[in-house]
This record gives sequence, structure tokens and C-alpha cells, in this order.
Amino acid sequence: MNTNNLHEQFKQSLVKEKRWIRFYQLLIIIAFFSLWEIASSLRWIDPLIFSSPSKVFNLFIDNISDGTLFIHIGYTLFETVLGFIIGTLLGTILAAILWWSPILSKVLDPYLVILNAMPKVALGPILIVAMGPGMNSIITMGAIISVIISTIVIYTSFRNVDANYLKVLQTFNATRLQMFKEAILPASFPTIISTLKVNVGLAWVGVIVGEFLVSSQGLGYLIIYGFQVFNFNLVLMSLLIIAIFATIMYQLVEMLEKWLIKSE
Amino acid sequence: MDFLSVSNVHHTYFSKEAATEALQNINLTINKGEFVSFIGPSGCGKTTLLSIIAGLFKPTSGSITIESQDVYNNAELSIGYMLQQDYLFPWKTIEENITLGLKLLNKEKESFQSVASRLLNDVGLPSVEKKYPRELSGGMRQRVALARTLAVDPKILLLDEPFSALDYLSKLKLEDLVSLMLKEYGKTAILVTHDLGEAIAMSDRIFLFSPRPGRLYQTFVVPEELRRLTPFEARSHSSYSSLFQIIWKELEGLEHQQST
Repeated sequence: MNTNNLHEQFKQSLVKEKRWIRFYQLLIIIAFFSLWEIASSLRWIDPLIFSSPSKVFNLFIDNISDGTLFIHIGYTLFETVLGFIIGTLLGTILAAILWWSPILSKVLDPYLVILNAMPKVALGPILIVAMGPGMNSIITMGAIISVIISTIVIYTSFRNVDANYLKVLQTFNATRLQMFKEAILPASFPTIISTLKVNVGLAWVGVIVGEFLVSSQGLGYLIIYGFQVFNFNLVLMSLLIIAIFATIMYQLVEMLEKWLIKSE
Repeated sequence: MDFLSVSNVHHTYFSKEAATEALQNINLTINKGEFVSFIGPSGCGKTTLLSIIAGLFKPTSGSITIESQDVYNNAELSIGYMLQQDYLFPWKTIEENITLGLKLLNKEKESFQSVASRLLNDVGLPSVEKKYPRELSGGMRQRVALARTLAVDPKILLLDEPFSALDYLSKLKLEDLVSLMLKEYGKTAILVTHDLGEAIAMSDRIFLFSPRPGRLYQTFVVPEELRRLTPFEARSHSSYSSLFQIIWKELEGLEHQQST
């Protein structure tokens, strides 16, 4: 009875703590936007450059009511999702090939280091010329930025799988493909999921830069267009939308991770 | 006709720094249904020899045959190998773990469930098929590993210190279980261990190896009255302690040689 009471108290204190944390989190965001609004209207900051929440919101409503915003969001979202899925998938496949052939992995090792160190967005102009100024080159940008780092991380995880699992399989006369399927790949799922999390962020960078360079649609385009016509309301609105959708995608991957680990 | 024969086996490990001779001129034979142990100080190559018998790699020279078939790279020969730890796959259920060998050997899927439940019954773990390894204790997991090893009906069981990671009580219980199961299934087995008592309690014959390079130093035959008993009972028999003393002296002699 007494333990029950204490447990109830403990649970209540947890709930209370969580409420306080939520309160402060809300306070920060309200303070941020209020301060921004006040600073802008009192001209502490230049409203032409830093805009203000109310102007951004009005623009947001306008763009929603004429439907153009959805097209831009749709484009960027599609490119980003595809880019990061292709990037991770390709990284996993490359890692599998490296694991398959130890000689090949030794040969390619310095090149992976070089490719990883090189800023991939610098390839943008070449990609655009090679693939044409359209969605393809932007998706490729989103993918290419995460491919090499995924390959390196996942390959390391493949190699770190306990050799004794392979020994068990070897005594059952398993082929190398069976070893990959039964031990290497499932043992590395947690690593692959965590590279997905990193790649969400990277794909956004690739896609936005790609849109800066070439596109006539998408949130990256809105930012660069707003910059060219000096409409910073537009720039800041796009930035806020990107922040929201990047967060949503990250949360989705986190949910996927929880679900996969639970079912394991 | 010998069941397993090891003839003129030499093995050398090569690394950048040195070539280390691990095994030198090993010759031994084991009969069908026999339980033998490999013991010796560390560095005597007993685990190397076991891996070679398992066909995991080829010896530098010499040959190993089971029923006149070469063991290396032989897909027809099934060998059961139990390691220090269970190495059950954590993402597979107990049933999937047990039938893993059958799956890899392309046996019919229909039989899997019945094989798994029969083996689990035999090792004293009924109705854990749908559980995951992490839900079982260390001793239970090692019993599942035994079931997984037996599932493919191996010609020979190689036990690489399978009891060393367990607490003493689980170890004693598992020794009895393994001994019973092997007799029941009529399996030949080789146990590698550093526990002299375990070797005496479980085996029919004991091979003592000397270190650097690994050589077969001496063979001991366990007396009939101990073999008939379960490992647990054998430990309290009078001939157990006398054999223990004899082998212990030899082991000490070996370690003394090494330190001088």
C-alpha cells in the first residue's frame, strides 16, 4: 500500500516535471516570435531584411490561398525524400559490395576518403550540365551528398559484426550471400537507421543548394528568388517551412527506428 | 575403421611480424560415439586443432578425415560447433535460431516446427519457441545453442569451452544434459576445455597437449566405471580424484617446463 502511494507520487512528479519542460519550451518559442515582432515594429532591427512574424504569416496565408505554396513544398519534399532514400540505399549497396570483396575495399579505401572529404555540393554545376536543369539533377544532389558517408559508416558496421556469428554460419556451410542475409545485414540495421537520421539533414542541404542553382520551383527557389527581388518575407517564410518539414521527416525516421527496434 | 582421423597435421600462423608454429605433427584417431577432450596449457593449439577439424580453415599440411571424407570445404559433411558463448541471433526467435542450420542446408520448411519443438523438449525448454534469446538466461541460451547444433544431425560435435561462460550451477547441469543428449543421439564429440575436472567427468579419453608448438603429449583413458556415470556423479567417485591427480601432475610438469 505504502509502496503504491510512493509510486503514485513518483509518477506524479514525473508528469509535473514534463509539464514544466513543455511550458518552458512553449515560452521560448512565444518569446522568440514576440521579440521578433516587437523588434521589427519598433525598428530595433531592419524590417526590410529581418521581416516580422506578422508579415511572414500574411504572406503565408496569401500563398496558401492562391495554392502556389503547396506546389513548391511538394516539389522540395519529393526531391528530398527521394534523395535521402536513394542516398542511403546506394550507400548500403556500396557497403555490401565492399564487404563482399575485401580486396576491392582495400583498393578503394583512399578514394573513399577523398570523396568523403570533398564538398559534394561543389559538383552541382557539373551535375546540372550533365543531367539537365531539372528535378533529376536536384535529386542527385540530395543523394550524392549522403552516399559516401553512408557507405563508410555502414561498411564499418558490417565489418564490426562479431566474427563468431559468421563462424556459426560457416559450420552450417553457409554461402557468403547467406552470411550477409542472416547475420551482417540484420546486425547492422540499427546503424543503417541512424545513418537515415543523419541523411535526412544532409538531403535537405543537397536539395536546397540544387534548387538555388537551377530550379524554377521549390522552397530553395523561393529563397533565391526572394533574395534576388529583395523580398525577405519570402525568404524567411521558406526558411520556416523548411525547418518544420525537416523536423517532421526527422521525427518520422525516429518513429521508424522505434518501431523497428521494438519488433526486433 | 576409425571414425575421425587426424594425420600428420602441422599448422603455422603467419603474420607480418612472425610465423608461429601452432601445431606440430598431430596424429590421433577417434572412434564413432566416443567423447574425447583436448586439454593443455594455453598456447597448446587445442582450439586451432578444433577449428581445423571443423573445416573452418585448412592446416598448413596434413589431413583430417571423417569416415574417409576430407573435412575442409566439404558441403556434404555436417559438423556441429558450440562456442564459449551461445551466439544465438538476437533478432531471430528461438525457433528460427534452432532451425537456422536446416534453412541454410535447404531442408523442407514443413518439418522445421516439429524439429524445433522436439529438440527444445529434449533440452528441457518446452514452449519457448516464440521467445527471443534476450528473454532467456545464459544457461537456457546455451541449451538452445545445443539444440541448434543438433538440429542439422551433425556427424560430430565440437565443443569449444561451451560451459566456461556459465555460473557453476548451470555448468554442472548443462554438462549432464550434454552428456545425456550425446549418448541418446549416439554422437561423437570433442570437447576443448581448460577445466580438467570437466574433461575427466565427461570424456572417454583425454588428449593432453603441450604448448609452443602444440604437440600431442599424452593420452589418458578414463576408466570404465567413470564413463558409465553422469558427469555430476563421476565427480564424487573415488577414481575421479586419482585420475585428476595423475593428469594434474603432468599438466604441472608441462607448465614448469615452459617457465624454465
